[in-house]
Amino acid sequence: MKDRSLFIRHSVNFGIKVISSLSAVLTLFMLGWILYVVASRGLGAFHLDFFLKLPTPPGVPGGGIANAIIGTALITLLATLIGVPVGILAGIYLAEYGLDSRASNAVRFLANILMGTPSIIIGVFVYTILVMRMGNFSGYAGAIALGIIILPVVARTTEDMLRLVPNSMRESALALGAPRWKVILGIVFRSAKAGLVTGVLLAIARVSGETAPLLFTALNSPYWVKSLNEPVANLTVTIFNYAMSPYADWKEKAWGASLLIMFGVLVVSILARWFFREKRV
Amino acid sequence: MLSLRNSRWQRRTDFIFRILTVLCASVIAFVLVLIIYELFVNSGPSFKKFGLRFLVSSIWNPVTGEFGALSSIFGTIVSTIIAMALAVPLAIVTALFLTELVSPAISKLVGIGIELLAAVPSIIYGMWGLFVFAPFMSNHIQPALARWFGFLPLFSGPPMGIGMLTAGIILALMVVPFICAVTRDVFLMVPSVIKESAFGMGATTWEVTSKVTIRYGLQGIIGACFLGLGRAIGETMAVTFVIGNDHNISASLFSAGNSIASTLANEFSEASDPLYLSSLVELGLTLFLITIVIQSLAWVWLRRMKRKMRVTL
Amino acid sequence: MIKIVIKGLLVGLIMAISGLLGEVGFAQSKTLNGAGATFPYPIYSQWAYQYNQITGVKINYQSIGSGGGIAQIKAKTVDFGASDAPLTVEDLKAEGLTQFPLIIGGVVIVVNLSDIKPGQLKLTPELLANIFLGKITKWNDPAIAKVNPGLKLANKDITVVHRADGSGTTWLFTNYLDKVSPEWHTKVGTDKSVAWPVGLGGKGNEGVAGYVQQINGAIGYVEFAYALQNKMTYTLLQNRAGKFVSPSIESFSAAAGNADWKNAPGFYHVLTDQPGDDSWPITGASFIIIHKEQPDAEHGREMLKFFSWCLRNGAEEAKKLQYVPLPKNLVELVEASWKAEVKSGGKPVWN
Repeated sequence: MKDRSLFIRHSVNFGIKVISSLSAVLTLFMLGWILYVVASRGLGAFHLDFFLKLPTPPGVPGGGIANAIIGTALITLLATLIGVPVGILAGIYLAEYGLDSRASNAVRFLANILMGTPSIIIGVFVYTILVMRMGNFSGYAGAIALGIIILPVVARTTEDMLRLVPNSMRESALALGAPRWKVILGIVFRSAKAGLVTGVLLAIARVSGETAPLLFTALNSPYWVKSLNEPVANLTVTIFNYAMSPYADWKEKAWGASLLIMFGVLVVSILARWFFREKRV
Repeated sequence: MLSLRNSRWQRRTDFIFRILTVLCASVIAFVLVLIIYELFVNSGPSFKKFGLRFLVSSIWNPVTGEFGALSSIFGTIVSTIIAMALAVPLAIVTALFLTELVSPAISKLVGIGIELLAAVPSIIYGMWGLFVFAPFMSNHIQPALARWFGFLPLFSGPPMGIGMLTAGIILALMVVPFICAVTRDVFLMVPSVIKESAFGMGATTWEVTSKVTIRYGLQGIIGACFLGLGRAIGETMAVTFVIGNDHNISASLFSAGNSIASTLANEFSEASDPLYLSSLVELGLTLFLITIVIQSLAWVWLRRMKRKMRVTL
Repeated sequence: MIKIVIKGLLVGLIMAISGLLGEVGFAQSKTLNGAGATFPYPIYSQWAYQYNQITGVKINYQSIGSGGGIAQIKAKTVDFGASDAPLTVEDLKAEGLTQFPLIIGGVVIVVNLSDIKPGQLKLTPELLANIFLGKITKWNDPAIAKVNPGLKLANKDITVVHRADGSGTTWLFTNYLDKVSPEWHTKVGTDKSVAWPVGLGGKGNEGVAGYVQQINGAIGYVEFAYALQNKMTYTLLQNRAGKFVSPSIESFSAAAGNADWKNAPGFYHVLTDQPGDDSWPITGASFIIIHKEQPDAEHGREMLKFFSWCLRNGAEEAKKLQYVPLPKNLVELVEASWKAEVKSGGKPVWN
């Protein structure tokens, strides 16, 4: 420890605490402001029809976004099933096997780039290789596009979290004769559990709000979801259409649907955190 | 569980698992390489016509077929710099606040709120930005900045509320939840034994944080920053609502500009002329180039930092 | 133990859902998919909804932009495309497509000036072009005052707002400016996206409306529905006959009614700057584009039946949403073109 007067060290500490509290409060205030605006403009749209009915054209009252809710849930679920396992395994490779080797540095580099790709490029990419080849828009293409977005986020957060687990834990388990994969999945995972869940939840949260990739793959539909191999109704493209329209009731539904997305992510987040909580041994 | 397993079985399952992870890691590489390949192929016509001129010209004229990426590159870089300069310190300090200065219960609650904000669709950020925040900027913040710092060319021009500065701030708000959530988890994962030994030696909270926690979790924090950077650089909807979408370059943060991602989002679906499309694709490729440059610089910097701090991970 | 059970249930649920939704070869009628212009989205979705109530046939129209509509119909990922900018005859021939107008609407000029009410400010084509060219920069410019005697115009900067995204609305607007201003023709030209000499770009009509409402002294162009719904201050515009007209269904109809559709091969006709005392200068039709050769005759028939219903029965709804339905003689021309152009395996689909 540097030989500085106790007084200076404590004042610096106090000063930093004040700054950090103020900054944190400012940040939280701004974020709260957004939440408040979305809630205040969106709650008005929350009535039974909103959740149970199909959309109606402007001027026809009582429409809802029921099909979009189902569509988004399905597409997001499928995207999660595609992106999360692959992402976690890739993250394990980076943290446990590859470490600082040339190959894993390359993969890490590429993952960071993939994370920074505008979602519209991913949407157009999936459009080119899937939609054009298949000759139709589909929910599957949408799920794949979202899965590609989820993939690097989960991989990198998994890697970063796993790296924070001290090596001593791995070494003691290996010394007991456990196979490598059991050490990783059983022990290392358990200590990094909270962080891993955060990474996955962040990825899901991010894709829940993405419009551009779905615009080129799943498109949208005013009807019920009968098959994922055709345009599928979804919340984000619906929000986009409604928000860009001149009609006050549609705009209110756009805010309402956004509020709904936030609720959805909140519920998934709470459930996931409860499910993966630290259980008393 | 840990009975005397057949070591052949152990080696075989370990081998399979390792192959699995390698496969998944290569999926990332494969997808990205495929994307870049497609972009490359489709930007052929534009590259042939403009060559390197594309990167230094700021003319963007779909009618005459003259395309230059400079204003978009400028806008992307400036808005990202503003966003990261605001978001990284704020996020880290907020994470610090949540882990060290408040009770775990409040920390968890607020943490959930912050994650929620990561789920807000970007178009909502755009709408909030245009209809709520921009008037606030033009009525309060921008005139104040102009009064105090107006002598700088950075803050000149009429306070319209929309423009580069507003876009940067909105991006910062979008990025903070990501960096903060991950940094908070990183802080929580620092083994308490390390922190306690520092406290035991008489270190203050800030000293423990800066010298122990951050150093231990540096890689994770950097990773979180990259997560945020990825969002900032590729964000389309929110930016296009508030940046003004003007293909020109100006020194003032109050003026309108445009970014690569927003140009792509705005013009891609409507472009039917092959040269126009190809130029847009080349614009996308340019974004990859910028990301690669930033990444390489960050990697070099991180190397030096690690050597300086002598961090062992 | 519980965890395993839950995981098992989850996997089972997922398999059930995907089985439910898999392609099992539905015998139900297929949905007709269309995509394109945002301009007519409200009326097309209204028509699709009503038609579905009456006949049960599902039409899914998505507004992804005129360019998107053209691209998708060329790629055969949709059954019909919609575009505000018509394709040229060469383009139609090259791709084996045919097009026809389905609805007509108008683009209006909106401003944000305190003390100016809707329908008060008068603009001439030269004024409009010069403002958007950046040559007139203040509201109290003598050129504007000359046309608006009696109006108190402040010494405010003019902030031009245009579209940031490529759009059929821009195409229509620049088409008009191109016709009335030689300088615009040489300097800027017509396209869905142009190099604007000055101004900010708003995303969508909504973005333009938002910017105009936000900035004092702003001027922009939006579809009529946006000006009405957002209660914006629209201006009068001087038409080819020298009269200052107000945007309305009547003035849009007047422009459409005076158009010569018979001599427009491929229905390529732009309704800007039409003759007639009551004609609104920035009127435009929105087009539907379909393949001449329909792979499935029944499917193609259903599609044309829908369009025929819209043309013959959709007038009321169109007017309610501030659009102009096609005049009767144009409807006949359109249906005649189906008989001549749209075939399946050699036989005409429509009769």
